[in-house]
Amino acid sequence: MLDSLTHLMGGFGAALTPANLLFAAIGVLLGTAIGVLPGIGPAMAVALLLPVTYAFDPTGAFIMFAGIYFGAMFGGSTTSILLNTPGESASVMAALEGNPMAKSGRGAQALATAAIGHFVGGLLGVIGLVLLAPLVASVAVDIGAPDYFAVMVLAFVAVTSVLGSSRIRGFAALAIGLTIGLVGLDPLSGQPRLTFGVPQLADGIDVVIVAVGLFAVGEALWVAAHLRRGQQEVIPVGRPWLSRGDVKRAWKPWLRGPFIGFPFGSIPAGGAEIPTFLSYVTERRLSTHRDEFGSGAIEGVAGPESAASASSAGTLSTMLTLGLPTTAIAAVMLAAFQQFGIQPGPLLFQTEPDLVWTLIASLFVGLVLLLVLNLPLAPAWAKLLRIPRPYLYAGILFFACIGAYAVSGQAVDLLVLLGIGAVGFVMRRYGLPVLPAIIGVILGPDAELQLRRALQIADGDVTTLVSTPVAVTVYTVIALLLLFPLVRKVLPARGTPPVDRDREGTPV
Amino acid sequence: MTVVQEETPARAPEKRGRLGEHSELGVSLLLFVVGVLVVVDTLLESGAGSDSDPLGPRTVALVLGGALLLLSVLLTVDVLRGGHGEAEAGEDVDLSTPPDLRTVGMLAGVLIATAALIPLLGWPVAGVVLFWGATYSLGSRTYLRDLLIAAGVSVAAWVLFDGLLGVDLPGGPLMGVFG
Repeated sequence: MLDSLTHLMGGFGAALTPANLLFAAIGVLLGTAIGVLPGIGPAMAVALLLPVTYAFDPTGAFIMFAGIYFGAMFGGSTTSILLNTPGESASVMAALEGNPMAKSGRGAQALATAAIGHFVGGLLGVIGLVLLAPLVASVAVDIGAPDYFAVMVLAFVAVTSVLGSSRIRGFAALAIGLTIGLVGLDPLSGQPRLTFGVPQLADGIDVVIVAVGLFAVGEALWVAAHLRRGQQEVIPVGRPWLSRGDVKRAWKPWLRGPFIGFPFGSIPAGGAEIPTFLSYVTERRLSTHRDEFGSGAIEGVAGPESAASASSAGTLSTMLTLGLPTTAIAAVMLAAFQQFGIQPGPLLFQTEPDLVWTLIASLFVGLVLLLVLNLPLAPAWAKLLRIPRPYLYAGILFFACIGAYAVSGQAVDLLVLLGIGAVGFVMRRYGLPVLPAIIGVILGPDAELQLRRALQIADGDVTTLVSTPVAVTVYTVIALLLLFPLVRKVLPARGTPPVDRDREGTPV
Repeated sequence: MTVVQEETPARAPEKRGRLGEHSELGVSLLLFVVGVLVVVDTLLESGAGSDSDPLGPRTVALVLGGALLLLSVLLTVDVLRGGHGEAEAGEDVDLSTPPDLRTVGMLAGVLIATAALIPLLGWPVAGVVLFWGATYSLGSRTYLRDLLIAAGVSVAAWVLFDGLLGVDLPGGPLMGVFG
C-alpha cells in the first residue's frame, strides 16, 4: 500500500516532465477530436493512431494512448448529446437524457455534466486501479499455465455470451478471429499453419493490420454502403457551464457511477455498455425528479457518464494486471504493448515498474487535462460534427492504409487490409460482433500456448487443466454463463423482466 | 454544404426475393469453407505431438476447424428458422436504404490501385489517388477542391510520418527532389 504510493509519486515525477505532459495533452486532444468525429469509436482511434507512436519510447506511447482512451470516450458522448445518434454502445445512455437537454437549450449543461462526470468517474476509477491493481498482480503472479488458460477461455465465453442478441453469431465471430490468429508458423514446433506456402504469411497476419482492417476499413466500407444522405441536424452549443441547482442534482450520480462502472469494466462483460445502463436505471429509481427522465434529466447524464469513465479504468486494471483485454480498445492497446515487446500481466509490475507507474500517474494528468481543455473547447468540437462525410471516410481509409503500410513497408499489406476490411464489412452486415473477433485474434495464440505449456509440464495429463482451485472456479463460472440461458428457457415465463421494460424507448 | 451527394435510385424491396432474405446463409457458407480449409490444411501437414509438446500443433487447429463447421450448421439452422443478425447502426448509417455495393466496390478498387501505385510513384502520389478516389466514390463532386485537399493531406501526412515520426514511406520519383 505504502509501496504503491511511493511508486505513484515516482510515476508523477516522470509523468510531469514537459515531454510526457505534451504526450498526454496531444493524446487527450487527438482522442477527443477523433472520438467526436462520427463513425470513429475509441478502438478505431487507437488503431489508427498506432503508427504515430512508433517513433516514441513505450512510456510516451502509452501516456498518449491513455489520453486517447479517456478523450475518445468523452468525445463519443459529445457526439451523442449533440446528434442523438450514438456511435458507441457506451454513449447510448448519454443520448437518452443528454439529447433532450440539448434540444431544450440546455446543451451547455449537458456537456458540462458529461465532462465533469468523466473527470469524477475517471478519478475514482484510477484510484481504484492504484489500490487494487498491485494487489491483483501480486496474487496473480503465482497462477500457472492451467489457470491462465481457464481465464482466457472465460474471456472468450464472456465476450460472446454476455453481449449481443445471438450467441451463435458471437461464437462465429470468435472463431473467425481465432482462425486469423492461427495463420503463421506455430511458435512451438515451427510448423506452418494456414500459410498456403505464401512466405509473407509465415509471420502471421500482423495484429495492427487486423485491428485497423476490422475497425477502420470495415467500418468505412459499411458506412459507405449505407451513407446517410443529407446532413443531420447538429444542435449548436455554447461554453459548458452548470448552475448551483444543476450541481446539487448531479453530484451524487457522479459519485455513484464509478461504483457501478469500475467492477463491470474490469470483467470481460463488454466494457461500458452494461454499467452505463445500470447506472441510468439506478439514477432514475433514486431521483426525486423521476418525471423528467426521458425529457432531459441531468442525473441521467451524470451517472452513466461517470460510470463509463470509471469502467475504462477498470478495463485498464485487468489489462495491466492479467494481460487480459475486456474491451476492443484494450485489445488494441494490448497489441500496441506487444509491438513494443512488452507483455502486460502480473509480472509487468515487477519488470517494468517505471513504465506502469508513469502510465498510471499520467492517467490522473490526462483526466485533469481532459477537464481543463474540453470545457472551453466544446463549441469547437461541435463544429467537427459538420465535416463533409466524403472527407471524413476518405481520411479514415487514408490513415488506415498508412497504418497498415507502416507495419512492414510492403504495399501487399494493403490488400490484406482490404481483405480483413471485407470480413469486417460482412460481420457488420450480418450482425456478427467485432469484439469477440479481435479478442480471438489477440488472445487466441496466447491461449493455445498456455494450454500446450500446461500439458507439457504435466506430461500430457489432461486433468492438470482442472488441478487448481482457480481453474475450477473459473470453469464453474464459464459453465454458469453457458447454461444460464438454457435454464431461463426451462423456467416458466414470469412476464417481461423489468430490464426489458427499461430498454423500451431507447433510441438506438 | 457544397458537396453534392450522389443520388442512389431506391430499389423496390420486392425485388430482393427469397435469396435476398436468406443472403445470411452466405455467412454459413463462409464459415463452412473456412472450416474445411482449416481442417484440410491441418491434416495435410505432418507433425503429431512429441514428448516435449504432447498436444502438438494440430490439435487446437482441428478443434477450431470442427467448431467452424459446427457453427456453420447452427447458423444455417438459425437462419432457416427465421433468425437474422441485426445490421450495425451508427451515426452516419441509414439502414432504411439497400446497401450501395457500387460505392463499396469503387472504394475497394481505389485501395487496390493505391497498393499498386505505392511502389511505382511513392506515397505522396498514391495517397492523392487514395484520398481523391475515396471522396469521389463517396459521392463528392467538387473535383478541384477535393484534389487540393487530397494533395494537402497526402503531402502533409508524408512529411509528418516519413520526416518527423520516422515511419519509412517511400517518396517516389516526384519527391526525389527533396531527397
